[in-house]
Amino acid sequence: MTAFLDVRDLKVHFPTDDGLVKSVDGLSFQLEKGQTLGIVGESGSGKSVTSLAVMGLHTAGQYGKRKARISGEIWLDGTELLAADPDHVRRLRGREMAMIFQDPLSALHPYYTIGKQIVEAYRIHHDVGAKAARRRAVEMLDRVGIPQPDKRVDSYPHEFSGGMRQRAMIAMSLVNNPELLIADEPTTALDVTVQAQILDLIRDLQREFGSAVVIITHDLGVVAELADDILVMYGGRCVERGPADELFHEPRHPYTWGLLGSMPRLDRDQQERLIPVKGSPPSLINRPSGCAFNPRCPYADVPKDDVTRTVRPELTEVGGRHWAACHMSAEQQKRIWAEEIAPKL
Amino acid sequence: MPEETAVFSSDGTKDGAADGTSVQGRSLGRIAWERLKSDRLALAGGVVVLFLIVVALLAPVLAGLVGQDPETHHEDLINPLFGTPTGSLGGISGDHLLGVEPVNGRDIFARILYGARISLLVGFLSAVVAVVLGTVLGILAGFFGGWVDTVISRVMDGLLAFPQLLFIIALVSVMPNDMLGLTGSSVRVFVMILVIGFFGWPYIGRVVRGQALSLRTREYVEAARSLGAGRFYILFKELLPNLVAPIIVYTTMMIPTNILTEAALSFLGVGVKPPTASWGQMLSRAIDYYDSDPMYMVVPGMAIFITVLAFNLLGDGVRDALDPKGSR
Repeated sequence: MTAFLDVRDLKVHFPTDDGLVKSVDGLSFQLEKGQTLGIVGESGSGKSVTSLAVMGLHTAGQYGKRKARISGEIWLDGTELLAADPDHVRRLRGREMAMIFQDPLSALHPYYTIGKQIVEAYRIHHDVGAKAARRRAVEMLDRVGIPQPDKRVDSYPHEFSGGMRQRAMIAMSLVNNPELLIADEPTTALDVTVQAQILDLIRDLQREFGSAVVIITHDLGVVAELADDILVMYGGRCVERGPADELFHEPRHPYTWGLLGSMPRLDRDQQERLIPVKGSPPSLINRPSGCAFNPRCPYADVPKDDVTRTVRPELTEVGGRHWAACHMSAEQQKRIWAEEIAPKL
Repeated sequence: MPEETAVFSSDGTKDGAADGTSVQGRSLGRIAWERLKSDRLALAGGVVVLFLIVVALLAPVLAGLVGQDPETHHEDLINPLFGTPTGSLGGISGDHLLGVEPVNGRDIFARILYGARISLLVGFLSAVVAVVLGTVLGILAGFFGGWVDTVISRVMDGLLAFPQLLFIIALVSVMPNDMLGLTGSSVRVFVMILVIGFFGWPYIGRVVRGQALSLRTREYVEAARSLGAGRFYILFKELLPNLVAPIIVYTTMMIPTNILTEAALSFLGVGVKPPTASWGQMLSRAIDYYDSDPMYMVVPGMAIFITVLAFNLLGDGVRDALDPKGSR
């Protein structure tokens, strides 16, 4: 019995003139219905490519270039998607799995009214008349909290505010009751005040529909309250994965420490500065040997024999359902976290 | 820039949307029409174009009103010595509003009216041929890319480099007089429409291809995919609406060019055959009488000039009106 969404050893490589870009390089995770997984990482860590690969959209925008190379397995509700007929996957999109995009203004078609777009999304998968579909659109707009949905259904995207657009986008994604919802940086383009509203909305809708949700973000704060599990990506691989509580209370990987240290918090002393992760993201073509994080890791010399620079650490279980890919021993990780990192946060 | 957006106090607050009746979407078409209405030159061009269309449609009626038709000879009005019309200004009189032709004395007013039919017919229909071919092939090339794009783009390059005037001159010389149930000038008109349209599509095809190329990677296209939209849905529902504006603009710009091409072909003697009237052909004959009967050259020349100018003014106005960055 596989999990509802079961990604196994996913690799997405893009051949370019400069070499093979290994955007995602061996990623595995599972997600059950009703659960939320937060995928966290900096730009270029492979978060978005992962979500596109799950949706079967990794070839989009690949105009005239050499095709992306994808391997591994993606199981959705008992069906393997990578080997499946593309037309079959297309029918699953929208109905079984849907996606919320980062910038709702560019993800909504500028020429059609909001209602028309929701109606079209509904009618791709449901053989219903125009009136029934319109009723459904109004109902969805009402559900996502748009005031006067029966009037606003005829508005164009540019007549909506950013938050309302994202609400409309969510209504469009959920109109077919998909069981898997992937939200790719759903709040990044929004005002801070609206972010919380949208996150609340996503949580409420998930409870209501019992769907599985993947939230992709670079902001740990976004997933802190929303996600059941958190997966931290670095350079196309998972460096740490575990239940959200564990990950926040006893993170094991130095990169996760870095992410926590660079997150602004209200309860922190004003005098203290954020602790950034020094350096820049690794090249996805010439990945650093050994642990991809070693050039930026302040603790790279803690394990003996230069092992961080020569051997790639595998994900190992460090606690109940908690995995990390680091050469330091569990004791070293715990000690450094408790003595050096936690007090500064 | 008067941005036609409804303003709300803030996201999700009810008071902003309380007077929901005032919240009304304005389509691009309406915005463009309102801009066009305030552009006087474009309106003038549009009025002239409409006038020309009416004239072309009602040519027999209008000619009948003054009791003329384009093919009756009036040799009595011709000076037998020089072959030029008697009377001043090319024989302008109450009966013959724009005078008569040299030698055979056909009524120029009636011939101009009938010539408008040929000009507009060829201008419009060849533009339709070019737009249909260019849009379909351009959108396919831009959207599918790969070998489809390579083949279509190379064909466009080839056609753009092709000497179309020489081709059509050669074609006419080997063309039968009757084909597909058409005879005489109809065959020539039919062939001109096809050939002008066929050589015109790469211009619009290139524009459409470029647009499709940039549109296909837009996020809303990806969003449509993520909802399960198929290829043809994306082609026709997502891409095509964004191509309407450039297509309209290119069409209005292409019509006057095609009218000029028709005139040029008739001028060169490969267009419509006499006695069927065509402005280009009249101009061609008028060259022989430029010093003895200058009016014969001025009248069809002005007809071509006014028509092309009107279409160009309208085309410019349409382009400005449909430009989303326009400030009018």
